[in-house]
This record gives sequence, C-alpha cells and structure tokens, in this order.
Amino acid sequence: MWSTFLAFVRKETYHILRDRRTLAILFGLPVALILIFGYTVTNEFKNASIAVMNNAQDALSDELVRHLIASGHFNLVALPHHYGELEQAFQAGEIKLAVVIPREFEQQFYRNEKVQIQLIADASEPNYATTLTAYATQMIQQFQQAHVGQATAPYRIGIQTRMVYNPQLSSAYNFIPGLFAFVLLLISALMTSLTLAKEKETGTMDLLLVSPLPPLIIIIGKVTPYVVLSFINALIILAMGYFIFKVPVLGSLSLLLLLCLLYSVTALALGILISTRVDTQQTAMMTSLFSLMMPTMLLSGFLFPIESMPLLLQYISAIVPATYFIEILKSIMLKGTGWYFILQPTLVLVVMTAVLLLAAWKNFKVVTK
Amino acid sequence: MRRLLFIIQKEFIQILRNKAILPLITVLPVVQLIVLSYAANNEVKNVNMAIVDQDHSTYARQLIRKIQASDRFTLIEAPQAMQVADRLMQSGDADVVLVIPPDFEKHFLKQKNAEVQMLVNAINGQQATVGASYLSQIIQQFNREIQADAVPRMVVQKASGSSQIQIENANWFNPELDYKHFMVPGILGELVTILVMLLTAINVVREREIGTIEQINVTPIKKWQFILGKMIPFLLIGLLLMTIGLVAGKLIFDISIEGSLLTVFAYCALNLSAVLGLGLFISNLADTQQQAIFIAFFFVIVFVLMSGLFTPIESMPPWAQWLTVPNPIAHFVDVMRSVLLKGSTLSDVAHHFWITGVLVVIFNALAVMSYRKVV
Repeated sequence: MWSTFLAFVRKETYHILRDRRTLAILFGLPVALILIFGYTVTNEFKNASIAVMNNAQDALSDELVRHLIASGHFNLVALPHHYGELEQAFQAGEIKLAVVIPREFEQQFYRNEKVQIQLIADASEPNYATTLTAYATQMIQQFQQAHVGQATAPYRIGIQTRMVYNPQLSSAYNFIPGLFAFVLLLISALMTSLTLAKEKETGTMDLLLVSPLPPLIIIIGKVTPYVVLSFINALIILAMGYFIFKVPVLGSLSLLLLLCLLYSVTALALGILISTRVDTQQTAMMTSLFSLMMPTMLLSGFLFPIESMPLLLQYISAIVPATYFIEILKSIMLKGTGWYFILQPTLVLVVMTAVLLLAAWKNFKVVTK
Repeated sequence: MRRLLFIIQKEFIQILRNKAILPLITVLPVVQLIVLSYAANNEVKNVNMAIVDQDHSTYARQLIRKIQASDRFTLIEAPQAMQVADRLMQSGDADVVLVIPPDFEKHFLKQKNAEVQMLVNAINGQQATVGASYLSQIIQQFNREIQADAVPRMVVQKASGSSQIQIENANWFNPELDYKHFMVPGILGELVTILVMLLTAINVVREREIGTIEQINVTPIKKWQFILGKMIPFLLIGLLLMTIGLVAGKLIFDISIEGSLLTVFAYCALNLSAVLGLGLFISNLADTQQQAIFIAFFFVIVFVLMSGLFTPIESMPPWAQWLTVPNPIAHFVDVMRSVLLKGSTLSDVAHHFWITGVLVVIFNALAVMSYRKVV
C-alpha cells in the first residue's frame, strides 16, 4: 500500500516538474510579489511635489520655505503667483500640496499678530492629503517654536506616541503575513483544482478510478506534492521576509509551521471541492479566481482593513479562511503571543477545514459513482 | 474591408454564443466595481480604543467624552490597570490605547509638562499613522478649548507669547475626503483593462487548441486583418463596459465628473488598443490556455500593484517609477482620476496620450509579428 502510494506521488511530481513555464510562474510569482510589495507598494511619502505661493517674499518667509524643503520629504516644483496657476498645477498633476504664505508675513509675525498660512491639499487622494497636511503642519509648528524661542508653549498638552509592534512603521510587517496566506492558497487551492479538473477533462480520472487504488489514496496522492510545493514557497517567503525586510518571528516557529500545515489543508479542501463541481480547467480557473483569490486579496485584511468595510463585506470576510490565518500569523510573528491568544481563530479554522473536507469527500463520492 | 467585417462578425457570433461568458463581461464587472469600491478603502474609521484614566479629573473626563463623541473612535473599555490595556492590545481588541497619567490636570494648570501617552498598534503602519494623527488632532483641539476655557483670555495671549501662526487647511477636489470618490474612477479603468486583457489572451490560443485556426490560415486573410478583426470586437466590449461602469458609478457612488467625457472615452479607446495588442501577443506565445492565463495573470497582478491605484506612484523608488511608463493601467488610472475628479483638460493629460500611443505601436507590432500564419 505504502509503495503504491509513493509511486503515485512520484507520478504526480513528474507531471508538475514537466511544465516548466507554469513551474517558473509558481516560484517566480511569490518572489516578484514580495519584491513589488517590499519596494514599490508603499504609502510612506518621500519627495512629495509641492508648490509654494509666497505672497510675502521676505526674509522670514524664504526661511520657512527652506525649512520645509530641508526636511527632505518635500520637493518644491512650482512657485505660482495666483490661485489660477495653482489650480492649473493641481490639474496637471504636478503638485500634491500647496503652501500659501500671506503678504507681510514677516512684519505680522514680529508684530505678534496672527498670521495665517494656508495649506491646500489635492484631496482626490484622501489619505495622502491627510498625511501631507499633518506633516507640513508639524514642520510649520517646529519653525514657529524655533523662532519664538520657547521650547514648549505653556498650557500645552504634550502627546507621546509609541508605535507598538512595528516601531519603524515598516510596511513589510503587514504584507508578509498577507502574502503568506495568498501564496499558500494559490498553490494549494488553485493548482489542485486545476490538476484534478485536468484529469477529468482529459478523461484520465476514469482510468485512475478503475485502478485498484482506493479513491482516497488517489486524492491524497495527487495533493501531496502540492502540499510540499506550498511549504517550500512558505519557507521562501519567511526567509525573504526575515533576511531582506527584517520581519521577525517573535513567537514559536514550530507553532507557526504547524498552523501553516493546517491552513494548507483548508486550502486543499477548497481546491478539491471546486474540482468536484466543475468539468473544465477554464471554469476551475475562473471559479478559483473569483471565489478564492479575489476575496483573499481584498477581504481578508491583507490589503485593506476589515474594520473600514461596510457590514455586509465584514460578514463575507468572516467566512474567508485567510482572515483567520492572517490574524494568527500576525499574532505569532509580530506580537509573539502563544496559544492563548490564537485559540479562537485556530478553532474557527479547524471547524472550517473539517466542514470543507467533509463536503469535498461527499461530493467526490457522488462524482465517482 | 469586407473581409475585415466578416471576421468581426464571426468574432461576435463566437463571443455571444458562449452563454457563460456574457454575464462574465457584463454583470460581474459591475459587481466587482461595487465590492472593490467598498472594500478598497484605506479610510481610517472605527478605531477601537481603550483609555486608561489614572487621573480621574474633570479634564480627563472631558477629554474622554470628546474622543467618544468622534465617530471615528469607539471606546471599548476603560481599564484601570495598564496590564489589562496591554492585553487588549495583544488580543487585537484595541488598536489604540490612550493613557492619561496621574496629575494630568494638576500639571496642566501649573503649566508643567502635561502629557498623555498614545500606544498604537502599528502592524499596518499607514493606518497607524493616520489614526494617530486623527487622535492627536482631537487632543490638540481639546487643548485649545480648555486653554480658552480655563484660563483668562489675557493670560493666554500673554502666555502664548508672541506670534501665532495659524494653519488653515483646504482639501481641494474632494472636500469630504471621500475615499470612494477617489477609488471608483481608478478601479473602473483597472477592471476594463483586466477583462479585455484576459479575454484576448486566451482568444487565439483557444482557436489553436480547438484547431479552428487552421481554417482561418487557409483563407486569403492578411495578418493585419486577422489581428484587427480580433481587436475591434473586444475594443467595443471594453467601451461598452466603460459606459456601464460610469453610469453605475454615477448612480451608486455619485462620483464627480468634472472634465470632458469625450477625453475619457478617447483615452479609453487608445489604452485598450495597447492592452489588446499585449493580450494577443501573450496568446500567440502560449502553448495552452492554462499557460496563457497564468502569464496574463502574472502581468495583471504586477500592473495593478504598480499602477498607483492603491498606493501613490510618487512614493516608489525612481527605478520603480520608470517601470510604470510601459504600464497601461498606471496611465489609465491617472487619466481617469485627473479628468473625472480634477477636471483636467486634454492638454493636462496629453503626455499620457503620447506614451500610450507609443505603447499601441509597440504592442501591436509584437502581436502581428508573433502571429505565425503557417498552413
């Protein structure tokens, strides 16, 4: 029995290794995704293009402009003279923020009058606008304090902010767990549903079923190579995250890998379930893309925070397995928590897996009869 | 010319014959537009927070009330001990913990360092920054209120020393900071592109797989006629989708349409021509439908992530910014946003037209050259 099983696994491995292009994409995609997310998908702003409309043109206002530029975060690209020009620059997409310095800035400032600086942001992109405005405000307040000569104004509430779990605000802390869930699903669910659908499409499934192997062994034999494949990919992601982007694993590594295995089984069950319901590879692909890949990318908290979604989408996200897996990953890797805090999401995942396996098994039996 | 029309007619019959594909290219994109626009939301709202009030003073209570009044923050618990707050943070129940230390009010009135502490779960760094700055704004506003309230006006002016720079914020083009107004135009451009690209990518390879390509190859059709005949139907489908999407966006999300729709459609047609060329090129290269979809899927993911749709292109390093030049989705997203939200004119977005024009030539040349008409 054992040797037949191993022979079956070997046959399946040959199938996978034979299609070089698909194999290249299977290993290339995770690496490309990590590099893209790590280096290009970032919300931190550097070199934001700004315009300064300096109506004062005096020494102090020049100093303020220099102060803003010296931060290294702003890039002065335009010096418009009136609001028309300013609007034009916004419309052409040249600038994201404009600073308007009023006439007689210096006189008013030293006469202790109220001076009003206007910050105009291109709010078509709301978060970017908020971040830029907040940063510019901070810079101007710094400038003011330096010139008033007081360290802190009286009657002031200081705010001490501590960024917990991710003091450097590295975006990798957020995307590595998400990619983990996505790539495991891509291989375990999409690939298995395709390979099983292919056997059905080409008719070789019938050949396998009339062989003396029990159906259960056939299925396990077919999916085992994919479990190995997805585990290799998981390790690649973990290593790249650790060595390139310094994403730590604070908690227990063996616990992490154990739960990876659990999630792989969940994904496999999904893949098998889909393959029992479709007849062609194309339908299998479309079904996997829209019912698995899209929700995992969009609704699991990978790219967008679940709390900001409308209630209906939050309910949908509650039935996406990746939602729980990502929560578990973040707890173990970044918060370093043990069993206690991940008990609830793990239980949900276990129940989901059991239900999916049962459904897949029932469907499979119907198909084989 | 008549030959071309026949191919177009054949293509349409083939597309419309497949009952599974019709809902796929009409209903599904609209559903996606709606789901994506609601999901692709980086807005920060519903921040769950815990407040540890160790001061129990009037000011502390006022501050807590003020935070509770804001609809962005939900106070889930007000524990006494710091350990409880830490635990809430660890279990993920609280995203932010605000600590009001003992003697906060006393220090404030004595003009000593009155300080509050803010602990933010920063695993999602961007959300943390925006959330923290919202909370800071509330605290600063509270600060100004109690300044004016508790302290006689004269003293404030004298105390706050000399000048005061006041900063006035204006948010142009989207005063309510509505994230959906920002996302819908971009998502629409992205969806139309992806659909057209996937459909064309499997088109020729499918004809090759089922063998009908042989029948076309024995006809006197020229290469360019074949490619053009494949392109025009999908171009029309793309434009139709764009129309449906814009109507849906207007009706459901009330997106603003500031600029000229003519510019939008003109650019859409140009952009789709480029995408179609790329799709056909992939289709010519692939051996099987499965391969074609995997290759197209790879391009789509890379294009979407680097298009500036979800994160600003300006934040990318220079080499990555260069990589967005041959990326049709990046241009599409920017044109849609500029014209629809900001009312940019044709001359404002002219550079996108030029670059896309070059892409049209390159991609289609590749498509024509890679199509091997072998009998």
